[in-house]
Amino acid sequence: MPSPLNFFGGFKLTLQHLVRPIVTVSYPKQKRPKQPRQHGRHVLNRYEDGMEKCIGCELCAGVCPADCIYVRGLDNPPDHPVSPGERYGYVYEINYLRCIHCDLCVEACPTQAITESKMFEFSFTNRADAIYTKAELVVDDNGMPQRLPWEDWRAGESDMTSGWMRATSPSGSAEYEGLVQWSGDLGVGVRAAEAGQSDTRDDAATGSKQLRDIFSPHLLPEDVPLHLRGISGATLKLRAILDARRAKKAAK
Amino acid sequence: MSPLLATGDPLYAFGVNWAVLLIVAVKVLVGFGGLLGTVTLMIWYERKLISGMQSRIGPQKWGPFGLLQTLADGIKLFFKEDLIPAEADRFVFKLAPYLALIPALITFAIVPIGGTVTLAGHTFLLQMADPPIGILLLLAMSGISVYGVILAGWSSGSKYPLMSSVRASAQMISYEAALGMTIVTIVLATGSLSTHDIVSSQANGVWHWNVIRLGVVPFIVFLIAITAELNRPPFDVVESESELVGGFHTEYSSIRFALFFLAEFMNVITMSAIMVTLFFGGPAGWVPNIPHLRWIFPILWFLGKTTLFCSMYIWFRAALPRYRYDQLMDLGWKKLIPLSLGWMLIVAGFLISPSWGFGLAAVVLLSSLVLSRSFDLGLARSSGANAVLPTVGERPIPGAVLRAFTDGEDQ
Repeated sequence: MPSPLNFFGGFKLTLQHLVRPIVTVSYPKQKRPKQPRQHGRHVLNRYEDGMEKCIGCELCAGVCPADCIYVRGLDNPPDHPVSPGERYGYVYEINYLRCIHCDLCVEACPTQAITESKMFEFSFTNRADAIYTKAELVVDDNGMPQRLPWEDWRAGESDMTSGWMRATSPSGSAEYEGLVQWSGDLGVGVRAAEAGQSDTRDDAATGSKQLRDIFSPHLLPEDVPLHLRGISGATLKLRAILDARRAKKAAK
Repeated sequence: MSPLLATGDPLYAFGVNWAVLLIVAVKVLVGFGGLLGTVTLMIWYERKLISGMQSRIGPQKWGPFGLLQTLADGIKLFFKEDLIPAEADRFVFKLAPYLALIPALITFAIVPIGGTVTLAGHTFLLQMADPPIGILLLLAMSGISVYGVILAGWSSGSKYPLMSSVRASAQMISYEAALGMTIVTIVLATGSLSTHDIVSSQANGVWHWNVIRLGVVPFIVFLIAITAELNRPPFDVVESESELVGGFHTEYSSIRFALFFLAEFMNVITMSAIMVTLFFGGPAGWVPNIPHLRWIFPILWFLGKTTLFCSMYIWFRAALPRYRYDQLMDLGWKKLIPLSLGWMLIVAGFLISPSWGFGLAAVVLLSSLVLSRSFDLGLARSSGANAVLPTVGERPIPGAVLRAFTDGEDQ
């Protein structure tokens, strides 16, 4: 039977809370620091020589689950190329009434042209204003996101606009996680690793490789090696062996 | 002098003239005006204190420290659309909020706020009225406020407010019994119904306060019963904001809705003041000998004690989870009413003579043993291994019987 004094536990706790620091933040006046990998509105990055990274391949538009990106590529003009590749993003529009900030576009982009800032505090009074075009999305000549007058930018919100890239693996292979393998951003260069991130992988220290192999949700079931598929893998293996024997017998 | 005015207030000792009427009018205006002003402060205080207890900020935008927040809320509610459901009984629907509010106001009239004051040759009590029936007015008014609740639920023309109001009135009436019994204990000890007499009988030091003189039990019973009577947490199943849409006031909107809450918070202040009056000596307390300012200290003592009790209600709300309805009824009928009745008998016995007191104490002890045994037996009948009736949520057929039956079928 619990002690009858437990009844007074709630009274004690509420009194303790009176002297504890207040948790509430007076939001518009005061802001909490944002997470290093916060998903905010997008930026279109440029190379250090000023060229746009976007090559107009439309992979981001294809992968977008909310169908909010509209891209049209065009051949680069030979005398004034916009991007170092063959084509460039002639039209690039994101509808922020649809965007869910899942960052799949960032993962899909082969040139790291599109990344996200931490900025999410912006609003519109009509639908047309919700569509950001290249004029708003492309970074300025210092490589920083444009501070648009209707957005509430504070210090630190334009840092690490490609930080999320470093967290996942460029080109989709886990082997490259944490390794810098793309060219630097305009004005920023190659960004430094985030806190807690190493510039090279150290599986012996983290043990992450084994875990990644065991829990491989990004693989289709049939792509997982049999010896890592648990009971179903074992039965499949057994069935294969038995089938082979039966075939041998039938051949005899 | 008319028998209506034959009270302890020395103001009426030399008959009634214009000056006396003026003093009474000023007392009433200052008293009720002050109460209404304090209610806005009380709402602010409750919100601020409970925010502190939950590590939040609370109201802060309107006025210094958010003091004008209640005023802002009141203005907002006043200008909202006033809806009356099509099925509602329009007259009763409009009447009910006032039946909740006016008893709350009137009850405060009998609370002694300070001692005696002499102004321009007239000596009077700092108390709006000191009727000979005194504390009975409290019971009468809390009886009327039940009407406010039940009529609000009934006249809404909707079944959920009706059910809620039935539940609420059952709760309020149940706890009124224990409440009345503790008040009887106090009246027995004081020998008077007048609140002024009750306060002056406690004036000679802390040891004469009723909370100590009568043992702590009547105070605890009164505190619990009055919390239930006010529908304050942890007994606020009537409203249960976190579980139900509302309660009896679901169909109310605009200023009528605000009146219910005004009444609730006014009741908190009034009942804190009543508790101070009945158990903590009202304005009694240490008074320093400063000429011309001696009258102000009883008022400060009264305000301080009342604030303490108001804070306690808020503390209850922050600390205690809500009672389930059957637990609420169990507490009222099975614990508080026998306890307050037994204690009243013991106090009555000791008021006659010690031998009567000990005799009645023995009787009360014996009957409480019988009562607790009968509760145990009743509990055993309703649940457990020897249950006569199936418990809610349990299999109607006992597990062993069911298993024997199904096993037999297998063979």
